[in-house]
Amino acid sequence: MWRPCGIFDDTYEKDISIVRTLPQQVLTITGLIALLFLPQLLGAGRITTVNLIGISVVSIMGLNILIGLTGQISLGHSAFMGVGAYTLVMLMNHLGFSFWLALPFSVLSAGLIGLLFGLPSLRIKGFYLAMATLAAQFLIPWIIVHVRPDLTGGTSTLNIAAPSILGFTFDSQVRIYYLVTFFAVASIVLTRNLQRSKIGRAFVAIRDNDLAAEIMGVEIFRYKLLSFFICSLYAGLAGALWAVWMGAINVDSFTLHESIWYLGMIIVGGLGSVPGAVFGVIFIRALEPFSHYIGPPIASYFPDAIGAAIKSGISPFVFGLVILVFLIYEPRGLGHRWEIFKHFYRRWPFSY
Amino acid sequence: MVADGNIKLEVEGLSLSFGSVMALIDVSFRAREGEILALIGPNGAGKTSLLNCISGFYHPRHGQVRFNGLEINRVSPSRRAKLGISRTFQNIELYKGLTALDNLMAARHVFIKYGPVAGSIFFGKARKEEIENRSIVEEIIDLLELAEARHRVVESLAYGLRKRVDLGRALALEPKLLLLDEPMAGMNVEEKEDMARFILDIQELKHIPIIIVEHDMGVVMDISHRVVVLDFGTKIAEGSPQEIKRNEKVISAYLGKANQSGERAK
Ligand SMILES: Nc1ncnc2c1ncn2[C@@H]1O[C@H](COP(=O)(O)OP(=O)(O)OP(=O)(O)O)[C@@H](O)[C@H]1O
Ligand SMILES: [Mg+2]
Repeated sequence: MWRPCGIFDDTYEKDISIVRTLPQQVLTITGLIALLFLPQLLGAGRITTVNLIGISVVSIMGLNILIGLTGQISLGHSAFMGVGAYTLVMLMNHLGFSFWLALPFSVLSAGLIGLLFGLPSLRIKGFYLAMATLAAQFLIPWIIVHVRPDLTGGTSTLNIAAPSILGFTFDSQVRIYYLVTFFAVASIVLTRNLQRSKIGRAFVAIRDNDLAAEIMGVEIFRYKLLSFFICSLYAGLAGALWAVWMGAINVDSFTLHESIWYLGMIIVGGLGSVPGAVFGVIFIRALEPFSHYIGPPIASYFPDAIGAAIKSGISPFVFGLVILVFLIYEPRGLGHRWEIFKHFYRRWPFSY
Repeated sequence: MVADGNIKLEVEGLSLSFGSVMALIDVSFRAREGEILALIGPNGAGKTSLLNCISGFYHPRHGQVRFNGLEINRVSPSRRAKLGISRTFQNIELYKGLTALDNLMAARHVFIKYGPVAGSIFFGKARKEEIENRSIVEEIIDLLELAEARHRVVESLAYGLRKRVDLGRALALEPKLLLLDEPMAGMNVEEKEDMARFILDIQELKHIPIIIVEHDMGVVMDISHRVVVLDFGTKIAEGSPQEIKRNEKVISAYLGKANQSGERAK
């Protein structure tokens, strides 16, 4: 039991809980308080990016369940976020739903569409499944643009009203921060729980050995679909938050490009690790501003034409480089580094 | 050592082929409550295939498998697990990314009732069920002396220990029929003795039919009540260990194989 030396569990109840020791409790509470004052600490200017990170955390929690725990794959995650976002806006703008009333529908509809595109997983695995889910990434935006452009706005942008609760309106990035952070923290807690539950174990059983899982009583089909469903529920929630964050939606926000960035976050974070996934999101989302920061100085060494190409192309270039480095040098991701750090701390001062 | 319990498993006229390879040809036998039935035969005789038919992983071309009087030919593997058919694997098929504890907990799947929502909230009912099932799993950990492996990822465990976790997982399913595919293969003498002791403990504790595939005739003679012998997919003999030891067909099947290749069985 990797606990600080000398601490043992006297009941199973304690052994299965996540926050166990006093330092852990103190750390958790300090962290939550820090989150509460983050806008003041960072300054309002950076909160837009922080909000994007929060939304991505919600999204990645779902994808981590599908890829990290269940061993399936989805290249349509961003499209499922689009389903959530568009359902929200359609209900709010055309049927006059409030944000809070529309939210469950938008989450659920993304879940169901995700489940639908997960159906091929019952027959195919790996590369072929990736291709099948890629279909979602092309079909869903196509449907948004072409089927009812009078409702969805086609390729143009639709605005939505800021949600409010008890007279408090989420109409600035700092205010939206609290909405996003609430859902991000909730998503982390819920998925962390799911992971250690019966369902999480069944998912990992399917990932590690689907034949044995079936022989040990896991209904593989049902649990694969459940994984796609849950994954897309989180995508739907993230999509709805995205719409609030932007104050508007456009089909261009839900591209294959975004889906691949989510995969990158999973790779950087490490498969199946909840803290790793959070690190992965922060790392990848911080890469974009970082690239813009290092782009111009690098470009200044080159002639104008090449320099311009470097400035515009540096972000995907750095992304690709980072993914390669992680795949080669740390395929288990930042989550694994985090585990090593924790073990080190917990055994201290007896390092062996 | 005579088992006279009720018949639990009936295998009748089972045939299975892979292309032109006849893995099983018209195999029939029965297993009774509380007996340890050894399934022996040279390499490639069809022992694993027979277990796979019983646990629902292979579909026989002809014949029937009846469990508790119920015909289960069309029952899926996961439903068979619910009925209480549990097994270990020749090549240890554990969930390698999970700890030994979670491997066993994963086999409690069919007994845990809460759903995804309760699992995500992990409070009240879910927590209570987890703790109840944990204490059942802890009993198995005690029985099989798995305490040192409890919180270790099975990938990192030594071979002998992994074999034991595999057995533990099969037990966590609360089997009413236990199939063990070479549980002692690749073990040293000491580990084999431990494993034999565990199997006898289980038989005493659970009083279920245990079918064990084993190449070590010493072990077979020591722990089994009855022996079924397969060769090239056919059942060539059945009887008490003493009878089997003297059986001409069995001796020649093993000697024939021994002449062709290095033999594993003594
Ligand atoms: N999935 C499969 N596909 C093709 N052939 C198979 C398959 N499974 C088993 N066989 C064949 O069926 C025959 C019986 O194999 P099986 O694994 O049941 O033997 P066994 O008695 O368990 O042997 P061993 O002692 O080596 O484990 C062999 O000829 C084997 O090649
Ligand atoms: Mg075999």
